[in-house]
Amino acid sequence: MDRVAESGRMTTRNPISPAAPAVSGPSRSESAPIDWDLARKAGGVRALNQWLHHDASRDGASTIRVLNPDGQHHIAAGLNAPLHVEIAGHAGYFVAGMNQQAEVVVQGNVGWSVAENMMSGIVRVKGCASECAGASGHGGLLVIEEDASSRCGISLKGLDIVVGGSVGHMSAFMAQAGTLVVCGDAAHGLGDSLYEAVIYVRGTIHGLGTDAREEPLGPTDIEKLTSLLGRAGFDYEPRTFKRIGSARSLYHWHIDSSDAY
Amino acid sequence: MCGIVGLLVKRPALRDSLGAWLSPMLICMGDRGPDSAGLAVFSDPVGDGRRRFSLYAGQVQVDWLQLEQSARRELGQSVEIHARHNHAVLTTSADVDRLRGWLAERYPSLHLLSVGRSIDLYKDTGHPRELADRYAFGRLSGTHAVGHTRMATESAVTPAHAHPFTAGEDFCLVHNGSLSNPNSIRRKLEKRGIRFETDNDTEAACRFLEWRMSEGDSLEAALEKGLVELDGFFTLLMATGDKLVLVRDAFACKPAVAAETDDYVAISSEFRSLAHLPGIRDAEIFEPGPERIYSWTVSPSLAG
Repeated sequence: MDRVAESGRMTTRNPISPAAPAVSGPSRSESAPIDWDLARKAGGVRALNQWLHHDASRDGASTIRVLNPDGQHHIAAGLNAPLHVEIAGHAGYFVAGMNQQAEVVVQGNVGWSVAENMMSGIVRVKGCASECAGASGHGGLLVIEEDASSRCGISLKGLDIVVGGSVGHMSAFMAQAGTLVVCGDAAHGLGDSLYEAVIYVRGTIHGLGTDAREEPLGPTDIEKLTSLLGRAGFDYEPRTFKRIGSARSLYHWHIDSSDAY
Repeated sequence: MCGIVGLLVKRPALRDSLGAWLSPMLICMGDRGPDSAGLAVFSDPVGDGRRRFSLYAGQVQVDWLQLEQSARRELGQSVEIHARHNHAVLTTSADVDRLRGWLAERYPSLHLLSVGRSIDLYKDTGHPRELADRYAFGRLSGTHAVGHTRMATESAVTPAHAHPFTAGEDFCLVHNGSLSNPNSIRRKLEKRGIRFETDNDTEAACRFLEWRMSEGDSLEAALEKGLVELDGFFTLLMATGDKLVLVRDAFACKPAVAAETDDYVAISSEFRSLAHLPGIRDAEIFEPGPERIYSWTVSPSLAG
């Protein structure tokens, strides 16, 4: 499936058709989903989040559908329970931030910093993500089915991110641990000042950042890619990806720099 | 932090919806900028050599009817005034410089916000909701409009520092971000005899682009030079008599989202201020990329 590379553009030319079912991860309850309509319920996103944090499990809810999200911020941020939250539309900034255990699915686009600092669980965006997707994420899996904008995976600390489309400039900047898989193209400055996170790109890389370098793809890379692509629902051949790692030349003070002080 | 909004309707039948659709966009973005707000709306250009002048009286009580009669008598030209609270749009066949001079002499406390054949402009301090109510933004009609909600970070909160900024005729600009080199741009332009009204960084961008257009550049060509000249963070949204134009700097860290349908193109800092628009669920929604110039033109049948 080829994609039209257009830096920063959030819409896709070819709709993604994940080869595997979109849902996996925490066990799903058979109980009927509970709808929370943000257009009708009092208290807005704050009331929703308080219920999700404190009362949803007690009330026996395991699957919650959030209706009329209308781009509001902080939806389903700070969850720490094996809930399945489905957001029926576009969400705003910081959706599913700090997520632990829960599976959050957004049936649309998201604004800045989706799943920032997430710790575990799965966050899946069916559309595009604006900048800083998965920023500082420690663990779990973040899937963006279409494009992610600039600074995707900035300061990554262990989270795995799979982007079905392309990523914008300065993605994986200072990424310390974890994985960024890009099925489309990467804009300039990819992996600048990279630490120990690893980046895989299937399409064109429009410029690596300082200290990022292409490295040979080994058996462990194939294994990791096979697993992540499978979990994310993309049927791409792992061998078609390039591996980007850190040259580690920025790690330590260098004796040749002594004259600078 | 500031908010920007823009809307261009694609069919004549939708012109009367412009204000009703745009006003909630502006009010929603009051969360990003509660200090001051402004709106420039473009409609059918006036003909016969006439111009529209948007006037702002601030706290000063002005008898607009008396102003209209005096101007008509003393300038010997057609003069019409439509007032909304402390703003008024004066339409006249008088020469632009002559009217400026007359206003400066007879009504020195009045501020001239915009000049052109198509543009009307409203701006003031206060929450966007207050302005929308005061000037009945929801009832505005036109082909396209841009608005701004300001959270001041670099100069005073006054009506003059509110956006949109204008320069020349039928051109305005709103800005989310901050410029690092407005003073050097200003010095360059002042040497060419271009006068500034404030110390605001956005005014430097506005006057730079208008200077390039006065030298013969299209707005798009002026922006190509602006991308070289302007140092800082910016999402700029501009309008001319028949265009809506958007550009973001290389870092693209000041937000923008665009939504386009067969009926309109809408731009905002955040999607949530577009969520009320008809057909938004089926709109093409995208985030404009860095250093790319996005331009939408009013269809010729609408330009009048």
